[in-house]
Amino acid sequence: MDRRRFLKTTTAALAAMGAGTAPWRSAIAQAGPIKIGVLAPLTGVVASGGKEMVEGVQFYLGQVNNEMAGRKVELAIEDDASNPDTALQKARRLVEQGNCHMLIGNLLANTGLAVANYVKGTGTPYFIPIIAADDLTQRQRIKNVIRIAGYSASEFTHPLGDWALKQGYRKIATVSQDYTFGHEQCGGLAQVFTEGGGEIVQQFWHPLNTADFSPYLGQLADLKIDAIFTMETGADATRFIQQYASFGLKAKTPLLAAMNGTDQSVVRTLGDDCEGIVSPAHFAEGSDNQVTQKFVREYEAKYGKIPSLYGFSMYSGMMWIDAALKKMDGKVEDREALIEAVLKTELDGSPLGKSVKLDAFGNPIYDVYIRKVIKRADGKFWNVPTTTYPAVSQFWKYDPETYMKQPPYSRTFQGIKKA
Amino acid sequence: MMNARSSFVSARVAGMTGGDASIAAIIVAAAAALPLVLSTYQVGLATEVLIFGILAMSIDILGGFAGRTSLGHGAIFGVSTYVVIYASVQAGLPPAAAFALGVLAATLIAAIFALLAVRTSGVYFLLLTLALGMIVWGICLRWTQVTGGENGIRGDVRPVILLAHNRFYWAVLAGAAVVTYAMWRFVRSPFGLTLRGIRDSESRMRSLGYNVPLHLFIGFTASGFFAGVAGALYAMFNNFVSPSTVGLAQSVEGVLMMVAGGVGTLFGSFVGAAAIIALENIVSAHTERWQMVLGITFILIMIFAPEGIIGKLRAIPARKVR
Repeated sequence: MDRRRFLKTTTAALAAMGAGTAPWRSAIAQAGPIKIGVLAPLTGVVASGGKEMVEGVQFYLGQVNNEMAGRKVELAIEDDASNPDTALQKARRLVEQGNCHMLIGNLLANTGLAVANYVKGTGTPYFIPIIAADDLTQRQRIKNVIRIAGYSASEFTHPLGDWALKQGYRKIATVSQDYTFGHEQCGGLAQVFTEGGGEIVQQFWHPLNTADFSPYLGQLADLKIDAIFTMETGADATRFIQQYASFGLKAKTPLLAAMNGTDQSVVRTLGDDCEGIVSPAHFAEGSDNQVTQKFVREYEAKYGKIPSLYGFSMYSGMMWIDAALKKMDGKVEDREALIEAVLKTELDGSPLGKSVKLDAFGNPIYDVYIRKVIKRADGKFWNVPTTTYPAVSQFWKYDPETYMKQPPYSRTFQGIKKA
Repeated sequence: MMNARSSFVSARVAGMTGGDASIAAIIVAAAAALPLVLSTYQVGLATEVLIFGILAMSIDILGGFAGRTSLGHGAIFGVSTYVVIYASVQAGLPPAAAFALGVLAATLIAAIFALLAVRTSGVYFLLLTLALGMIVWGICLRWTQVTGGENGIRGDVRPVILLAHNRFYWAVLAGAAVVTYAMWRFVRSPFGLTLRGIRDSESRMRSLGYNVPLHLFIGFTASGFFAGVAGALYAMFNNFVSPSTVGLAQSVEGVLMMVAGGVGTLFGSFVGAAAIIALENIVSAHTERWQMVLGITFILIMIFAPEGIIGKLRAIPARKVR
């Protein structure tokens, strides 16, 4: 009989809870603060990046006194635990329980893809300043998923391929983490480089979290190549760059990296080993642009470190939302209008110091820098631009229609032109 | 849960005493009424509780009744999820066919696991199933062309008529009720009694003439079938799968749910699943150190209620009688 009583009381309690929450929910739907759900990996393998993402968001909100278009902004920050299932669950909570007007964030592509698939059904605007998966703004575009202040994976390696040809490089080998982000970045370089007459001699794919690169470095040392391209994130990048130097390859073969390979989050953990590495990106913390320098100075003063891609991107993403909301008088409830406004916004004030707009697919068009890691006067390293490719879109010089007819870059399709 | 009460009713309904059947009916009815009082997000959580409850129960068949705790059931569960999503998104099969295929794949994987693992017990069984699960995880991670690697595969798997949260919840509830009944019958059948015999003394069962490995093989495969049902439901719930679904963490979570609810209680699995999912969601709203809180809770459960929540509750009336 105990169980029956137990059941009765629990049901009653549950019913009471439900009755209690229902009016509360409907009351909140009226005008009030703008609610922004932030998803960031605060635990798990990429937790350090996730913390910088949140810093970037808070840094911006601090500058505008927590107000956008005259309305208070309320942040709901959730930890996606670097895990797509958790990300999905947290997104559900932010949208269905937290009644967030929009979502922003996520770092790992798999978490972003999971959330994107979910908001496809709910129609919630979802902004992804960090998620680089090409197809989210290409073949599998979702209208309410917009890459404000972000970049698609192959967007910057296309110009890097062109730059490498202009340096006179003809033979390149690539080393990359074996997952989509790596396949796409390598593919971008490989396609442009081989179509311009270059040759990709060999491609090495290694699992994430590789501790020992000597098998790859040994083979690289034996190849007759003009340069090495590497696509590494996080601790893999640190280890690769260190071991590359200690193998004596640094003196022999120039190293080109994907932008995440020489991002501040990596470079600040390294010493002289990282000096001179070339990488392509829209953001260069060592740029002499006044606006960029002001941002870097203020960020450094507040958080004690040079801003990384994560902090910068989330900061700019929030600024973008703010600019769009100003155009529509803060009426965030109208999702369609918000998406339209964001797509049409041309962002002037971003730390890049130049105006940025989106292409027809919701991906930004940038002036892409070819950057070099250089030692600053105080001994810290940072990326300084050497060459600029103006107005680069995710489709490089290809026609979007024809470009999207080719398969997405993968381990088996690298866009390599047969000689 | 249902064997002790029945002195006053002798009529039997589908193998249950009248009392048991009415309790079961009340529980299902109460569960069916939940969407009327919960928000859509909470209905989502309740759906997840049911799905993971099935997974934990399938582990309980082995852990609680055959004395073999498996750390490979997350992989079996996940294989089903992968197959369902792959079959409906890439191969374009209708949801029902994809569902059946997913369960079949999970059962096959379980049969392979069973072939390799049934001759071991104790910590060796634990390690062997763990290793087998890791192999599946590795394949899902590296076989990029099929599994999408780290990114996983996405797609709308759920049948159109079940798109609404509430409808899907009711469908899962109906499925869970059927599966739970099947498992309950399974562990109480003569075959289930044999499994218990093996748990209590393998050598005695062998000397009585029972083919111990064969029984364990069938028990493991059946348990894998149920885990596969849970995995297929999960595919329709999430519309997304990635290697974390087949990972070790998934297996461990299933085992923890079983343990928290009560090993060998079968229905405790739902209580364990509810407790863990609720805790995860409530605590993580307040602190990013929610995993620590979860860990401490487990330690407390192990110290004060090693028999699990249901086990503890069941012990209370017994003590009063004494």
